[in-house]
Amino acid sequence: MSQIFLILQGIMDSVKVIEIKKSVFADNDRDADALRGELKQKGVYLLNVMSSPGSGKTTTLIQTINRLKDKLRIAVMEADIDGDVDAVKIKEATGIPSIQLHTGGMCHLDAEMTRQGLDNLALGEADLVILENVGNLVCPAEFDTGSCRNAMILSVPEGHDKPLKYPLMFSVCDVVVINKMDVLPYFDFDMDKCKEYVRMRNPKARVIPVCAKTGEGVDAFADWLYAEVKAWKEQ
Amino acid sequence: MHELGIVFYIIRDVKAAAEENHVEQVSGVVMNIGEVSTIVPEYLTDCWRWAADKEAMLRGCELKINIIPAVTYCEDCGREYGTVEHGRTCPHCGSEHTYLLRGNEVEIKEIEVPNS
Repeated sequence: MSQIFLILQGIMDSVKVIEIKKSVFADNDRDADALRGELKQKGVYLLNVMSSPGSGKTTTLIQTINRLKDKLRIAVMEADIDGDVDAVKIKEATGIPSIQLHTGGMCHLDAEMTRQGLDNLALGEADLVILENVGNLVCPAEFDTGSCRNAMILSVPEGHDKPLKYPLMFSVCDVVVINKMDVLPYFDFDMDKCKEYVRMRNPKARVIPVCAKTGEGVDAFADWLYAEVKAWKEQ
Repeated sequence: MHELGIVFYIIRDVKAAAEENHVEQVSGVVMNIGEVSTIVPEYLTDCWRWAADKEAMLRGCELKINIIPAVTYCEDCGREYGTVEHGRTCPHCGSEHTYLLRGNEVEIKEIEVPNS
């Protein structure tokens, strides 16, 4: 017994403990707040768009940008693990400046990576910058990018129960766009239940049903975004 | 799937703390991980082993994980209950006016350095 005690004490003596007690997200939260402050000063509104892969983010953005590009100066940052298909698609379909960010294998963008991306855009010439985050419902929700607002796109085939499965994503979103409304008759997607589940996670989140393919409902999202940008620049 | 990204943040914070304390080698890092933080401890330690060994200061450094049980508070009856068993609905009074008290932590508790 005493021998065990001695060994334990030996182990304890050989190691010194330094207390840290710090959230892993603290540095990123601080960087994100600083970035938001700078964007406010420059009058640039940053929207962070998140969703799972294949929900129709890029198509929804093209429809939205085409409704706003005569009223606002817009730029897009596409974040992906690899490739530049989305940035090219946006540029071809809307004619606005769009750059591709690579996350180097990471599943999300953080505030520092967002800042590096913004450094590559002429911010003095933009009212609205849209960040298309990596398609993923887990990690992007944990890392504040420094955006003014978060939007997430949920498509009908994914099911109405997503807010129950990815609570954090829905609790950090200011607006939830329900895409692919045209296929609603073919899926067991319950819109009322979906709205109820979103409200459970985030009572303030606005839900906007759209069909990016036909453009139906996109006006409502574009109007919301336009009002947001105006308010951000004027306040 | 996000554990590797988290590991890079831990490494950055641990290296900064070690430099602040004039430490050259770190032998252990103790984490507080909440039960509903969405971190999978096994993935976190796997990613840690791969990434930490690439840093001279952290070679062989062990990642130790304290799991913090998730507890939810009910605003209507004022009682607490286990989040993982009961979710958002209070098992005592059936209310849904509840919020998470703890269990969401992703926190570096302390680092261990060899006593020289």
